[in-house]
Amino acid sequence: MEIFIKMVALMGVIGLVFGVLLAFANKKFAIEMNPLIHTIEEILPKGQCGACGFPGCQAYAEAVVLDKDVAPDLCIPGKAEVARKVAELTGKQADVVESRVAKVRCSQPAGKSKLKYDYSGIKDCLAASLLQQGPKACKYGCIGLGTCERHCPFDAIKLNEDGLPIVDEKKCTGCGKCEEVCPNHVMAMIPIGAHVENICSSHDPGAVKRKYCAQPCIGCGICKKACPHGAIEIANGLAVIDKHICMEKCDDPVCVDKCPTKSLQLLREEVRNKS
Amino acid sequence: MFSRGKWGIHPETHKTATADRPIESMKLPEKVIIPIRQHIGAPCEPVVKKGDLVKTGQLIAVGNAAVSSNTHASVSGTVTEIAVKPHPICGEDMAIVIESDGADQWEENIPTNRDWQAMTNEEILSIIKNAGIVGMGGAAFPTYVKLNPPKDKQIDTLIINAAECEPFLTADHRVMLEYAQSVVSGIKIMKKILGVQNIIVGVEDNKMDAVKVMREAFGDLAQVIPMKTQYPQGAEKMIIKTLLQRSVSSGQLPMDVGVVVQNVGTAAAVADAVIKGIPLVERIVTVSGSMIKEPKNLKVRIGTSFADVIAACGGFEGTPGKVIMGGPMMGIAEYTVDVPVIKGTSGILAISVKEAKKMEESPCIHCGKCVSVCPMGLNPSMLSILAEKEIIDEARDEYNIVDCMECGCCSFVCPAKRHIVHHIKYTKKLLADKAAREKGATK
Repeated sequence: MEIFIKMVALMGVIGLVFGVLLAFANKKFAIEMNPLIHTIEEILPKGQCGACGFPGCQAYAEAVVLDKDVAPDLCIPGKAEVARKVAELTGKQADVVESRVAKVRCSQPAGKSKLKYDYSGIKDCLAASLLQQGPKACKYGCIGLGTCERHCPFDAIKLNEDGLPIVDEKKCTGCGKCEEVCPNHVMAMIPIGAHVENICSSHDPGAVKRKYCAQPCIGCGICKKACPHGAIEIANGLAVIDKHICMEKCDDPVCVDKCPTKSLQLLREEVRNKS
Repeated sequence: MFSRGKWGIHPETHKTATADRPIESMKLPEKVIIPIRQHIGAPCEPVVKKGDLVKTGQLIAVGNAAVSSNTHASVSGTVTEIAVKPHPICGEDMAIVIESDGADQWEENIPTNRDWQAMTNEEILSIIKNAGIVGMGGAAFPTYVKLNPPKDKQIDTLIINAAECEPFLTADHRVMLEYAQSVVSGIKIMKKILGVQNIIVGVEDNKMDAVKVMREAFGDLAQVIPMKTQYPQGAEKMIIKTLLQRSVSSGQLPMDVGVVVQNVGTAAAVADAVIKGIPLVERIVTVSGSMIKEPKNLKVRIGTSFADVIAACGGFEGTPGKVIMGGPMMGIAEYTVDVPVIKGTSGILAISVKEAKKMEESPCIHCGKCVSVCPMGLNPSMLSILAEKEIIDEARDEYNIVDCMECGCCSFVCPAKRHIVHHIKYTKKLLADKAAREKGATK
């Protein structure tokens, strides 16, 4: 019994000594950190996607609090809501953040398209593109080894059974990570609510594209002529659509109906119903 | 003390099929596809246009950048197209297509007979530059750049690389046996330019007949040293280590240790260019592999399609599993036989479906075989693991990935069949992309 009391007393004294030491160290060597940084980090979506240009959410929180030149609206996944809160807390002015979503600009899954060769290297699109510009006959198209799927910080991309990525628009925050890692830049960020997108990325001449692809944009320019708002330009063999003009002015997507190869895709059915 | 035999591998050499076959000149192709990117450095600029008549040896594209190379018409005829065509390394690239008129009419003053001894070094260098001579071993680095080292580098030794350590290839072997005089003249010219006394020819000891011929041809000009047959004996840094016991450390070039290394085929090309005025329009190509009916060493015009070359060797024996440009260790698999022979094409191999069978990759078992064979003393297993996890900064800073020359010894010995070289190439690409992004961000 006596030993027991001694032990408890000894442990109590040791605990007390260390407690005092720690309390002293906590005061003496405390690192001053702006509590705002922590508050802002909590607000950020924490996908660690790097879309803001900083290595991770904490780095951006620090930068936005400490550097007055860093804008409060850089967090793309956070959209306008986060930008507004960050701007409020830091006393900065937030611009309007445009909400974006990822779109796959290729219609031909690798599993069903014409191939140049049988690829057996490591399972990564960039690694495959190192050898003769990739195994697919179309060197601009989706290689289909899922690099975007693996890199998506929000788990918004899934490959379908033929190897074409499908974007879950509910989960996609528009951070642009997939656009960055895709060696062929098949993934593109488009504004949420865009009406029409060209689902072809190939810059080959039209006749060449027709040989390897069932649904290519042949750069014929029919859509450009059909569009009454001048929203379409043909650049480098591809129809490029200014989605903002569509969203402002268009209520009848004639370009989609006129496209001979069905390479222009109507993204919102309700646009047509409006007219 | 330098010790040998601690690196490298001993793959079956497969050289007997073509080693005894004299070089044959292939008949003129009907059409040549001459890419503007055949060498290390900037691509050259076409100076002809569609419809132009060109003669053999005429300059058709110039390389104006500091490291680049000129390109010449390899047949006489009409330029029919300047367009994107299949390329053996890049997949597709810009190329000049010439339809042959069959006459093979050479540019004026070719061939000529010049007295190089009367020329200054600058004159000779400009001839080599204008003739578009590049390293004929396979990497195709412009020769005039190597022969013109910065003034502050003291060069004391010229090594002539005749190791030809890649299996199957016998092009350099035949060049030594048949063009010994050209090789000797080429070496004399390079000796004059570099002002060196010490010249060593390194030959692997599976080519003793070539060693004998070279010794007779050289006399006192150069020492011919047989080296142990092991891959990659012919890599620049390895041949320097073997012959001179000098190590080229990380980030250094051979000229930093006072050495210039030139391929034996390059020496012959230099002699042809300087003495006869013939630019680089043809090269020796070994066509071999189990699926080629009649393996041969062929003298082929640059731009001839693989299909034509293979047809000149009797065609395929059945359906090949893979067609490779270069040797089996470092060569590049082709997706079509429409790709042209370029300046760096040392061989064309066709192997069977069985030989080309796919290897399913499995996790690294840390056996350390790749570490023991790596000629650069790297840790390939770790590099492949870091590549899988995309930890690229560590691969660069702590595992010296930039020193890897992609010789393929590690992948060759790996019992887990890991694509180690592919992982390393992938990491290098990621590092290059990252560097490009950072450069763009600071601008």
